Amino acid sequence: MKPSPETLQRWQSQFAHYQQWLRDWLEPSHLAGLRPRLEFQTGVLAGFALIASILLGVTNCSTESTIQQRLDEDLNASLAEVIPADWHDNDLLQDTLTVASSEFNIGAAETIVYLAKKSGKTTAVCFKLTAPDGYSGAINMIIGIATDGTILGVRVLSHKETPGLGDKIEVAKSDWIHAFVGRSLANLTPAQWAVKKDGGVFDQFAGATITPRKSVQAINRGLQLFKARQAQLLGPE
Amino acid sequence: MFSDTYRKIALDGLWNNNIVFSQNLALCPLLAVTGTATNGLGMGLATLAVIIASNGLISLARHLIPNEIRIPIFVLLIAALVTLVDILMNAYAHELYKVLGLFIALIVTNCALLGRAEAFASKQPVKLALWDGLMMGLGFTGVLVALGAVREIAANGTLFAHASVLLGESFTFLEMTVIPHYQGFLLMALPPGGFIMLAFLIVGKRLIDQKLAAKPAEVSVPVVAVTE
Repeated sequence: MKPSPETLQRWQSQFAHYQQWLRDWLEPSHLAGLRPRLEFQTGVLAGFALIASILLGVTNCSTESTIQQRLDEDLNASLAEVIPADWHDNDLLQDTLTVASSEFNIGAAETIVYLAKKSGKTTAVCFKLTAPDGYSGAINMIIGIATDGTILGVRVLSHKETPGLGDKIEVAKSDWIHAFVGRSLANLTPAQWAVKKDGGVFDQFAGATITPRKSVQAINRGLQLFKARQAQLLGPE
Repeated sequence: MFSDTYRKIALDGLWNNNIVFSQNLALCPLLAVTGTATNGLGMGLATLAVIIASNGLISLARHLIPNEIRIPIFVLLIAALVTLVDILMNAYAHELYKVLGLFIALIVTNCALLGRAEAFASKQPVKLALWDGLMMGLGFTGVLVALGAVREIAANGTLFAHASVLLGESFTFLEMTVIPHYQGFLLMALPPGGFIMLAFLIVGKRLIDQKLAAKPAEVSVPVVAVTE
C-alpha cells in the first residue's frame, strides 16, 4: 500500500520538525544549561552505558561463531602436530570421549580425549595435559599417544616460563620436545622417566632444571592416565 | 594559524610532549611488550587505533558530557572500545590476536588514553582531537618500536623477528639478524632490561633537547657582537 501524497508530505514536515528540535537540543549553549542538572547527568551516564552494552552485545553475538571456528582451527592445528595425518581419516574434534583424570594431577578433573580413527578403528588418542607446577605457573601441553602406549608427539601450547631459559620446551626454540617421540611406560623404567640430573634419560637446560623436570613428570602422568583408561578409550579388543 | 595548531599538535605528540618520554605514562604496557620490535609495533598500532577512536568519540560528545561525571564516561567509552577491538581481532585477525591478545586488554589500563581524553579531546573540536590521537599514538608506537628494537638486538641479536606473523608474508624482509651467532643477553629480554633501556632512551631524548635549546643561544651571540 502506497501512502497518499498528503500523508507523505505530513511525514516529511514532521521529520523536519523533529530534526530541527534535535539540532536545537544539541546546540552547545542549550546543552551547557542542561549539564549541571542532576537528572541530565543521570540520563547521560545511563545513555552511554546503554549504547556501550548494545554495541558490545551485538558484536559478541555476531562474532561468537567465527571465534569458535578460529579456536577449532587452532585446536586442529595442534592436534595435527602430535598425530600424523596418515594415522587417521576422521575429524578428531567430533570423535571425543571424556575421562575422569583428577587423580593424575594433569590440570583438569575431566579430560577430553580426541580419538584418531582409521577405517573406524582407533589408532591413537590425543589429549591436553597441564603441568600445574612449572617454574612460574602452569605449562599447558598436548600429547598424542598410539594405542600401544608409545608417544607420537608432544607440544607445548602455552606457558609462562622464563624467556631464554625455560622456553626451550617450545618447539620453535629447541628440539628438546622431540625426545619424547617413541617413548612409553614400557620402554623406560619409572626411574628413567626423569631429567638426567635426577638419573633419567631426558636433558635439562643450562640454568633451568625445574621447567623440563616438571614437564617430564606431567607427560609421564599423562601416559599413566592413558594406561589406566585404556579399556574405556579403546573398547574391548 | 590553522596549520600552526596542527604543527604544534604533531610536534607535541611525536616529540615534545610524547606519552612516554615527557608524560611518563603507559609504562606498564610499554615494558610488558617491548621484548621484540615486532611486539612493540603490534601493541603500538592497536593503541593507535583505540586512541584515535576514543579521542574522536569523546570530542564528538564533549558538549553532552557534564564535568561531574566525565571520568566514568571516559572510562566507559575507552573500555567499550578496547573490548570491541579485542572481540573483532579475535574473530578476524586471529593470528595477530594470538600474539597480542594478552596486551589488548592492557590498553584499558593505559592511562595515556584517559589523559588525552581529559587534557585534550574533551575540550577541542573533533578534527583536532583526531589529529592529536593520531600523533600521540604515532609517538607512542615510535617509542615502543625503538625500545623493542634496542632490547631485541641486545637480547637476541635479531630485529623484527616474526614480523611476517604480524604483518603478513610480504614483510618477511624486515626480519633480520643483526649480530650473527649471538650468545644472547637474557637481562634485556626481562622487565629490568626494559627499565634500563628506557632510561637510556629518555636520557638520549633529554640530551637532544638540551642541544636543540642551546643552539639558538649560540646563534644569537654573533648578532649581539655585531650590534655592539
